[in-house]
Order: sequence, then structure tokens, then C-alpha cells
Amino acid sequence: MKPAVFEYVSPTSVDEAVTALSTTDDIGDVKVLAGGQSLVPLLSLRLAQPGRIVDINGIENLSEITEEAGVVTIGALVRQAVAGRSDVVRRSIPLMAAAIPLIGHGAIRNRGTVGGSIAHADPAAELPTVAACLDAELVAQGPGGERSIRAADFFTGFFTTALSEDEILTAVRIRAAGPGTGAAYEEVARRHGDFAMAGVAAQVRLDGDTVAEARIAISGVDLAPVRASKAEAALAGRTIDDAVLDEAADATVADLSPSSDLHGSAAYRKHIAGVLIRKAVRTAAARARETL
Amino acid sequence: MNTREITVTVNGRKRTVNVEVRRTLADFLREDLGLTATHLGCEHGVCGACTVIVDGHTERSCTQLAVQADGREITTVEGLATGDGELHPVQQALRDNHSFQCGFCTPGFVMTIYGMCEDKKAGRPVPCSRTEIREELSGNICRCTGYQSIVDGTEAALAGTAGKES
Ligand SMILES: Cc1cc2nc3c(=O)[nH]c(=O)nc-3n(C[C@H](O)[C@H](O)[C@H](O)COP(=O)(O)OP(=O)(O)OC[C@H]3O[C@@H](n4cnc5c(N)ncnc54)[C@H](O)[C@@H]3O)c2cc1C
Ligand code: FES
Ligand code: FES
Repeated sequence: MKPAVFEYVSPTSVDEAVTALSTTDDIGDVKVLAGGQSLVPLLSLRLAQPGRIVDINGIENLSEITEEAGVVTIGALVRQAVAGRSDVVRRSIPLMAAAIPLIGHGAIRNRGTVGGSIAHADPAAELPTVAACLDAELVAQGPGGERSIRAADFFTGFFTTALSEDEILTAVRIRAAGPGTGAAYEEVARRHGDFAMAGVAAQVRLDGDTVAEARIAISGVDLAPVRASKAEAALAGRTIDDAVLDEAADATVADLSPSSDLHGSAAYRKHIAGVLIRKAVRTAAARARETL
Repeated sequence: MNTREITVTVNGRKRTVNVEVRRTLADFLREDLGLTATHLGCEHGVCGACTVIVDGHTERSCTQLAVQADGREITTVEGLATGDGELHPVQQALRDNHSFQCGFCTPGFVMTIYGMCEDKKAGRPVPCSRTEIREELSGNICRCTGYQSIVDGTEAALAGTAGKES
């Protein structure tokens, strides 16, 4: 349970960090270290044995949350607990504010970062699901400069993203929720703080009583977060009642093919995905109504 | 050996030490500083036994490297009581409520609950109901008590914080 030997660098700028990631010589794997709440356990278990660790915690301008022209930018190093308490996040990205308390435990959120969770891309994790639900833009910087990746193109597979090995995720950009918008994150986990067996992120914008826009994403049922496009389409323009919710949930669940594991069978995961879609959409709509 | 010099303040005392870069903060506290009250159960973030306060917030000491503590301020359970024979109010509240049996998990619980009391003083949100307390304590595992007495102790500790103006 002790990490293997590695070289440790602690750059103070993104450029320096990118250089440390791209000059690998014969050092083996190079890994970015952010909050360390996923990486340090992997080092201790020796599931990861990088030759070099690039600790980005000393880079200053990656810890800010700003809102400009209707877009919230969250620096990759913002701690999950800080994002969860942020007024900007609570007001403009209520879905993220709802999701964060479900991540692990207080001591984990105090250290774990928003960017780290998204870069780690655990299919059961909350923040990648939020990013997928809200069509976040993930800002990456590498030797060739900066680029922005849409969430739909970012999560490419099981713990796999579109980031290349010499790129750093620097920020997450999410469009601020407008008036009439409510959000909810519902999940089922074996114990509080565990990764969920399945989870549903929902954001609903109401126009009077009808759904102007519904956004839904599901965690834990595939290799990456899944957008529930059929449910979104089934809800658009409708007034939410039990029949509409059934139609939306059933349309999506039929397409899911989760795998079975120790924690739950595929059939059970499909079942709870359906239950959670109904619950999350209903709660999101109720919260949207409160803002009208 | 890959080492680095770091300066950390642990329980109010500033120390400059050369550490191996792969050393976790937990091992640094226990092996290098001899502060063995911080316990190691799982060494991968799950059990909470190694919880300490870093710059005012609870953090796991097994999921960070000692080099990352450079320039930071750390409080371990050794740093709570003032040494005049009195327990810290959090420790006293837990003792009064029989919140431990074998004691292996206790340092982690004490620091987690101390963290809640500090949050309360700083005006950050803290758990109110017993259900919320259970949620807050869910990151600390105890194999002995069944938690009932720990929830009692936490309630008492938080009530004490409310009563005491500081
Ligand atoms: C007991 C426990 C329970 C947990 N429960 C949950 C849970 O319920 N839900 C959940 O979502 N998470 C959970 N986590 C994981 C936690 O949220 C982590 O903080 C998160 O997965 C990783 O973020 P980090 O900042 O700690 O990243 P690190 O651990 O430092 O890094 C994780 C990975 O991402 C890469 N990386 C990190 N930042 C960047 C970046 N800016 N650019 C490029 N690559 C980067 C690293 O190289 C590494 O491969 C739990 C962790 C523990 C220990
Ligand atoms: S030893 Fe650190 S959480 Fe278990
Ligand atoms: S008192 Fe024995 S593990 Fe908690």
C-alpha cells in the first residue's frame, strides 16, 4: 500500500506543466496530480505506477469561478466543496450544486477537484454526468495551445476522455441556467458516499406549465454518461404528469444496456434508471416552478 | 532517492524536513514525526481513520503526498488537548457519550467532528438533524460501536460549540 518511486514536479504555470507532460524521454507514464482523491489511492494500490507526477496544485489561476455573458467558467482546480458552496454555482448551475453533496464525503470533497473528477471520467461519477447533461465545454491546453471540447465528444469510454496525454484540463464552461429553470440529481448507492449504481441528472426549463427544455443524463449504465435524448424529446412541449413521465422514462430505458456487477444486475440498473428519471424530472420541474 | 525539503506547521510547531516525494502525508506524520495518533485503516481514502485538518478543513492524510503539505498548517488529534490534563471539548463530548470501544477509528472521528465544529464557528453549513449527522459521518467507518453513541457524541459536541462563544 505504498506508492512506487516516481519523479515529482510542481509547476506554477500551465505552460510549465504542459512541458513537464510532453518531455517524457524514457520516464514512462506521466500523470497529472490534482486533488489526488482518485490518483493517490491508485498509486498506493500500485494500479498506477507513473514515472513522473506533475502536481498542478501550485498553478494559481486554475481555482477561480467566474460568470460572464451567461457562461460560468470553473477552473479545473476548484475544490468540489468550494464549487458546492459557491453562490455563482448555486444560482447559475443548480444541477452541479445538487450533485456535489452526493460525491463521496466531506473530507473527499474538500480536496477533490471539479476538473479531476471530469478528467478521471468514472462512468458512475456525478460531475461528468452533470457536464454531459449541460453540454459543458471542457477547455484543454497542450503543446499546440488551447482547445475547447464539447462534453459529447469528451467522454470517449470507460475512464477515457478526449484529452491527450500532454494536455491539461484547465476549465469547465457551462451556460448559466436562466429563469424558470430547476434541476435535480437523483441516485441510488449502496451506502451514502459510495459511487452510485445509477444516477440521473435532470434540468428542466418551464414556460408556464409546459416544458420548454428538458436535459437528462444518466450515470452508471454505460461506459460513459449517457444523454437521455428520447426522454428529453418526449418531455419537450408537454405538461408533466405521470403518463408523460412514464413515456419519457420507458423510451430511454429500453435503449440502455448496462452491465451486471457485484453491486447490481443489469435489469436492476435499468429499473432504477427509470425510477430515477421520473423522480429527477419531477423534482427539477417543481424547483423550476418555484423560480417562476 | 527522490526527496524534497518541505516546511509544514504541525499542531502549531513549524518543521522543515526532507521527505521522500512518494511518502503520503499520513506516513510522514506517523513515521517521520512520530505522531502515531493518526491511524491508517485502508490507505485509500475510504475508512476515514487518517482524517486530519489541513488549512482549516478536514482532509484524508492517506490520499495526499507529504510534499503537497509544504507551506500548510496541519492539526492532528495530538494537537487538540492543550496538555493541561483537560480534554478538548470535542474529545470530552465523545468520552461522555461512550463514543468508542477499541478506539481505532476514534482519531478520524474526532477530527471529522472537530472539523464540523470549526465549520459551525466559521458560519459554514453544518448538519443539524441526526440523519444529517449520520450523513456527515458516513466517511468514517467504525467496526465496534454501531455508531449510535458516536452520533450522540457528535450532537453533544455541536451543541457545545453553539453554547460556547469563541
Ligand atoms: C472514499 C472515496 C469516495 C469517493 N466517492 C465518489 C463519488 O461518490 N462520486 C465521485 O464522483 N467521486 C468520488 N470519489 C472520487 C473523487 O471525486 C475524486 O476527487 C475525483 O474522482 C478525482 O478528482 P481529483 O481532483 O481528486 O483528481 P486526481 O485524483 O488528482 O486525478 C484523477 C485523474 O484525473 C487526472 N487529472 C486530474 N486533474 C486533471 C487535469 N486538470 N487535467 C488533466 N488530467 C487531470 C489525473 O491524472 C488522474 O488520472 C471518491 C473518492 C474517494 C477516495
Ligand atoms: S486510511 Fe485514510 S481513509 Fe482509510
Ligand atoms: S471503536 Fe473500534 S473501530 Fe470504532
